[in-house]
Amino acid sequence: MEAQTGHSQAQPLEFREVTKRYPGSAEPAVDGLSLEVPAGEICVLVGPSGCGKTTAMRMVNRMIDFTSGDILIGGRSVRERKPEQLRREIGYVIQQIGLFPHRTIGDNIATVPKLLGWDKPRIAARVDELLDLVGLDPQQMRDRFPAQLSGGQRQRVGVARALAVDPPIMLMDEPFGAIDPINRERLQNEFLRLQAELRKTIIFVTHDIDEAIKMGDRIAIMQVGGKLAQYAPPAELLMYPASRFVEDFVGSDRALKRLALQRVRDIDLWKAAAIRAGTPVAEARAMVAEADVPYPMLVDEQGRPKGWLSDRALTGERVTEDLRSPAHPIVELDDVLRDALADLLSSETRYGAVVDKHGTLAGVLSLEVIQTFLHTAPAASPTGADLLTE
Amino acid sequence: MSLLPLAQLKIQKPGGSDSCAAANDFCPGWIVDNIDRYWTPLLEHVYLTVVPVAIGFAISLGLAILAHRRRWLTGPIITVTGIFFAIPSVAAFFLLQPITGLGYTTAMVALVSYTLLIIFRNITTGLRNVPAETVDAAIGQGLTHRQVLYRVELPLATPEIMAGLRIATATTVGLAALAVFAGAGGLGAEILVDKHFKSNVVVAGGLALLLAAVLDLLILGVQRAVTPWQRARG
Repeated sequence: MEAQTGHSQAQPLEFREVTKRYPGSAEPAVDGLSLEVPAGEICVLVGPSGCGKTTAMRMVNRMIDFTSGDILIGGRSVRERKPEQLRREIGYVIQQIGLFPHRTIGDNIATVPKLLGWDKPRIAARVDELLDLVGLDPQQMRDRFPAQLSGGQRQRVGVARALAVDPPIMLMDEPFGAIDPINRERLQNEFLRLQAELRKTIIFVTHDIDEAIKMGDRIAIMQVGGKLAQYAPPAELLMYPASRFVEDFVGSDRALKRLALQRVRDIDLWKAAAIRAGTPVAEARAMVAEADVPYPMLVDEQGRPKGWLSDRALTGERVTEDLRSPAHPIVELDDVLRDALADLLSSETRYGAVVDKHGTLAGVLSLEVIQTFLHTAPAASPTGADLLTE
Repeated sequence: MSLLPLAQLKIQKPGGSDSCAAANDFCPGWIVDNIDRYWTPLLEHVYLTVVPVAIGFAISLGLAILAHRRRWLTGPIITVTGIFFAIPSVAAFFLLQPITGLGYTTAMVALVSYTLLIIFRNITTGLRNVPAETVDAAIGQGLTHRQVLYRVELPLATPEIMAGLRIATATTVGLAALAVFAGAGGLGAEILVDKHFKSNVVVAGGLALLLAAVLDLLILGVQRAVTPWQRARG
């Protein structure tokens, strides 16, 4: 018991040819599902209703028993243990949350620790720790009843309860489905931050492809009949949909969805000629010749972009501060690509100056750069940008 | 059956309120003087109410738990307890006499059988009204079926169960007044002893009403004490 309550190691999860048939129905609910989830990753099961995603999830903790195949947690079949014991080691979060209305928040979170026979001081300490972890004040929340909490607070308690004994695996069935869009976004972000710390192996079920792309390290798209249509990291899925079904399911705006997944720093930017005023023109011209952008950028002493130089600036002996247009837009390396694209589209120039944290010019972003990026492998093969410099 | 007690009653009437009693008016004076004779019947009545409800609750709970595991039993149980419920109580008291004789046993058997339908139905409804997601979450966390029943489903059904107990108790207080026909005493016996004397009927009947009200409040109090979450809203 002590072993599983310390900071437990996440474990890999594997579906091996798992099939679920309900008696009296011709089609299987889940049909020969095989996939591996590496330890510490979020695997999102997504698909239209009736695709068997929830059934697949519920087979992991044996809320539903599979007909054939096997599910392995850390290499060990879930069938080796009694269902109750297995479930106590698997965090479980559902859309309706399912807090016990007759128990206080503290008691709700303490459900599994109590089942495992922890002593009172240890349970009390763990409850407070978990409430803190999910951003709720233990003093205020511990003794309240679920009816006294908002939907978002209840959802946090649901997550805290699932984490109570620090399980290596978590199952989440549309955990944010009942939350309004604004709070959903917040809870999703909070949960991703939490997961970055906790590194649980998570099966996350949703019908919302945007949520899948946002939350998943890997996405399993399922189609009606319980068949796996594609299993891939989000970027790959958006880049190379394996079938017409997947293509339709991810939507016609999958290019934009991909951009929403990545930051400017993930892309190979164009090199610009960063030139200070007073530089000898010959030297400046050499720099321009080497750069990817045909226009030189005037920068200050710290290398911060000031504007695009005009042709006249390079006509004398030394470069003057004669600008063609201001350095606008300026995007940061940490900006999400989709936002950077929006900036680019709404500005008059075709090039966006990209700066690092200190404001120093790091490269240039253009529509062509983004287009090329969208047509290259998501693993960002370094050759992609090389093609640009013709 | 009633001649002899009537004679005794007349002897007990004290001289002071004689005229009022003789006129068969409502006589507070007489009531004050004679209230002592009602304590024993009242206690009998309490007994005739609390014990059948308690036994009925135990049986109904058992049946409800059984029917919760085997859903198909619900219909037959409701039919059978429904038949019990439909038998006129006085008839039941007389019909049972050849088997259980005259006295408490006959009264108990009949009174218990009347509580079953009410309490069973309420427990069943209460269990069915437990939100499916709460049960799902309980099972998903690794509670056994027994733990789900005792730690989640029954506690959450408490309000309905208590409502059933309240109806059953009030009903039993009323029916227990007829237990006199089974020879089991109670306030009903006291009413029958001098059913034409208004003051007597008012006191005995009033005590039964009071008993029903007190027991109802008691159960309500218990319910509030054991369901603190019901008052915690917003």
